[in-house]
Amino acid sequence: MISKHRLVRAWSRTTPLVLATVLLAGPSAPAAAASEQKLLNASYDVSREFYKDLNASLIADWKAKNGTAIEIEQSHNGSSKQARAVIDGLEADVVTLNQVNDIGQLVKAGLVAPDWQKKFPYDASAYKSVTAFIVRKGNPKNIRDWQDLVRDDVKIALVNPKTGGNGRYTFLAAYGWALNEYGGDEAKAKEFVKKLYANVPVLDTGGRAATTTFAQRGIGDVLVTFEAEVYLVRQEFGADGYEVVVPSRTILADFPFAIIEPVVDKHGTRTLAEAYLRYIVSDEGQEIAAKNFYRPNSKAVAEKYAAQFAKVDLIDVQQLFGGWSKAQQTFFDDGGVFDQIYTLAK
Amino acid sequence: MTAARLLLTFVGLAWLALILLLPLLAIFAQALAKGWGAYIAAVTSSEALDAIRLTLLSALIAVPANLVFGLAAAWAITKFEFRGRTLLLALIDLPFSVSPVIGGLVFVLLYGAHGWLGPWLAAHDVQIIFAKPGIVLATIFVTLPFVVRELVPLMQVQTTAREEAAFSLGASGWQIFRHVTLPNVRWALLYGLILCTARAMGEFGAASVVAGSIRGRTVTLPLHVEIVFNEYDAVAAFACATLLTITALVTLVLKTVLDARERRTAHVELASGQLITAATPAGSRA
Amino acid sequence: MAMSNNARARILPGFGPTLGLTLAWLGFVVLIPVASLLLKGLAIGPAEFWSAVSGPRAVASYRVTLSSALAAATVNGVAGLLVAWMLVRWPFPGRRIVDALIDLPFALPAAVGGIALTAVFGPNGWIGSLAYPLGLRTAYSRIGLLLAMTFVGLPYVVRSVQPVLEDLDPEIEEAAFALGATRWQSFAHAVLPILTPALLSGFALALARGIGEYGAVIFISGNLPLETEVTSLVVTIKLDQYDYAGAAAVAIVMLAVALLLLLAVNLLQGRSRAYQAA
Repeated sequence: MISKHRLVRAWSRTTPLVLATVLLAGPSAPAAAASEQKLLNASYDVSREFYKDLNASLIADWKAKNGTAIEIEQSHNGSSKQARAVIDGLEADVVTLNQVNDIGQLVKAGLVAPDWQKKFPYDASAYKSVTAFIVRKGNPKNIRDWQDLVRDDVKIALVNPKTGGNGRYTFLAAYGWALNEYGGDEAKAKEFVKKLYANVPVLDTGGRAATTTFAQRGIGDVLVTFEAEVYLVRQEFGADGYEVVVPSRTILADFPFAIIEPVVDKHGTRTLAEAYLRYIVSDEGQEIAAKNFYRPNSKAVAEKYAAQFAKVDLIDVQQLFGGWSKAQQTFFDDGGVFDQIYTLAK
Repeated sequence: MTAARLLLTFVGLAWLALILLLPLLAIFAQALAKGWGAYIAAVTSSEALDAIRLTLLSALIAVPANLVFGLAAAWAITKFEFRGRTLLLALIDLPFSVSPVIGGLVFVLLYGAHGWLGPWLAAHDVQIIFAKPGIVLATIFVTLPFVVRELVPLMQVQTTAREEAAFSLGASGWQIFRHVTLPNVRWALLYGLILCTARAMGEFGAASVVAGSIRGRTVTLPLHVEIVFNEYDAVAAFACATLLTITALVTLVLKTVLDARERRTAHVELASGQLITAATPAGSRA
Repeated sequence: MAMSNNARARILPGFGPTLGLTLAWLGFVVLIPVASLLLKGLAIGPAEFWSAVSGPRAVASYRVTLSSALAAATVNGVAGLLVAWMLVRWPFPGRRIVDALIDLPFALPAAVGGIALTAVFGPNGWIGSLAYPLGLRTAYSRIGLLLAMTFVGLPYVVRSVQPVLEDLDPEIEEAAFALGATRWQSFAHAVLPILTPALLSGFALALARGIGEYGAVIFISGNLPLETEVTSLVVTIKLDQYDYAGAAAVAIVMLAVALLLLLAVNLLQGRSRAYQAA
């Protein structure tokens, strides 16, 4: 048995030692504050290929125009996880995400200006994509549109709407299609998505994981994901193995960007950050987007690449669901429609 | 009898083959799917090298820190009886049972911009989360129990008679530890250190929460594996994963070599009739 | 027993500094960060806390996680004891290689382990392609979950038991055997009691690791709500909804369960040692 004061003495004797160890391990030197030449872009998971191309192009362009070298660092993760990291102190100068709602959270935290969409062309959107299907060669299950996904003989690979923006787009596209099909009957639309998700054997946490499940593990007859991913899959896993099917009606995915105000002020990188985001929506940037199979916002570039993108009817999130933050509440928060289709089944 | 032993050995080996060997082979098969050229290119890319450096750095800080902690904790816990000992042991085990997601989350809640210490850290321009200190902290957290966990079961079954005898002969605490206790536990200690190192280098979940994944800056080797895997470059991902596997295997081979040497010395002493019992091996030698 | 311990406490030096260092380091690395989690989760008040931790998906995830982790730890307890025994007592060709392999699940990043397991047990994997036609879904199911948890917990039992077994004189069994006990009796009565603390310790660690496992599990379990969704994933999901407090609340439940488990096992260990000493 030991007395209390013996414990206290032990604490007081050794705590300085521990603190010394910690200081030795040392907090890293604060990020180079004065340098204007370095930018950190916190982006969503699957934009790597696009930003690799874009950054290289911008760095060359900047050098030619200003004669100075710049460095652009990338961080990639799920869109919500990135927004959360920035809120928790990740010093990204700009964010390029895949959900308007995630930027809304940054506005709430006071890190992004409330009028962020007015500061850049196209409502501060980098490019667009739509949710589409990829099926195995020859489309053996003859999958043409959303109603084919609820057939008993069809298994689907897609992303968990709880953990990935990609998955939320998929859910809303299916729900929106059903709502339109059944004349606005919400009960029937719910029944439809319930049947659809009953055909999903694996709920992957991110877009890339779902693709791997479909392409490498051979799970599912159809993969539902961004159209831009679909083309990438054909490139990576062989074009002849897969076919793209764009459903009759789908959702337009938006890829918004914003400046993180306190960070660019601290780093003194506002000029570079603005130039960077403007470069994305310049014709050069839009061309790079189109080459990565994103639908460009620029009309001129869109016309040039028109043959690459099928024309579809689009679901308007604002009109149909009352905007992203409301859609998030209704469908994906705890106890929302997505939870209901699982819990009510039991 | 021999039949039972053969059967059991076979069952044990078959089980290990199923759960360990096959996944291991799968990793190497995928890593070499495009030949050695692609393998070498993947593990020597500048991003992979940055990741290797950061991983080594965090292990180099975390392992010695936990070694000192582990020895002190094992000494206090096994050589003395005090109230709250069981609770202390359970608390030391806690990082094991905590999901790595939570292991990262606690540091974000403490040091993040909205954490309890966040404003103070920001005012002093100290960045812990999304920088190297955060990764080191998360690594220390996750590997904290290893050394203690290896030492405590062994030191519990050993009696303190020898230590007490040494003490009565006037040895200091450090001398007792160095010459009596340490020789008895050194293999368990080595196990603990190896596991601690391996786990420190392989930590993924907690690191991914606190690292921020800035390429070339806060990406550890396991995070790099995930990044390239998500770029559909399975070959590069598994190639980097084999680095972690090979490191572990090399340390373990080293351990077995040392182990064999130790046993040879023991046999010599056994032959000259000096060794006591196996329950207190190696005695006060060294 | 208690008296001799008190005597020990007086005899050996170094209690103050070692315990002090232990507490200070533990406080800095574990207790203070965990306290910040407790503050976050408890700040929302009991009603909201309860609704966060008692949602149907959360409750289902507790059941899934706990039952799978228990099953995996049991498998590891039996298999781990056998493997440790083989490694220490039954020399066979390639023993050292096998010994080295045991620690593989530690060294591999959990995510790599998960991907590798999926590559083996998935429907087109080496084992999966044999098992699926037999109706055995070895991935994206409870079996997959069990495999992942068994994989990450495997080294704990072996490595807990092995050092004690190495220290144990084979003569103990030999003596019992010579006195007429069967092999099994001599094992059960002479050896097993001595191994029990280490075995329990390994079991507890494997169990705890299984409960907390995330990286390996999400690749192979399928993550279906109510069926194969583990509690770690529920925490992640709440975070992705910017629900820090809800995530912290579920995390607190996980922490409490883990702590209780570890406490129980440590108490059991203490008891078995007392029994041995008597």
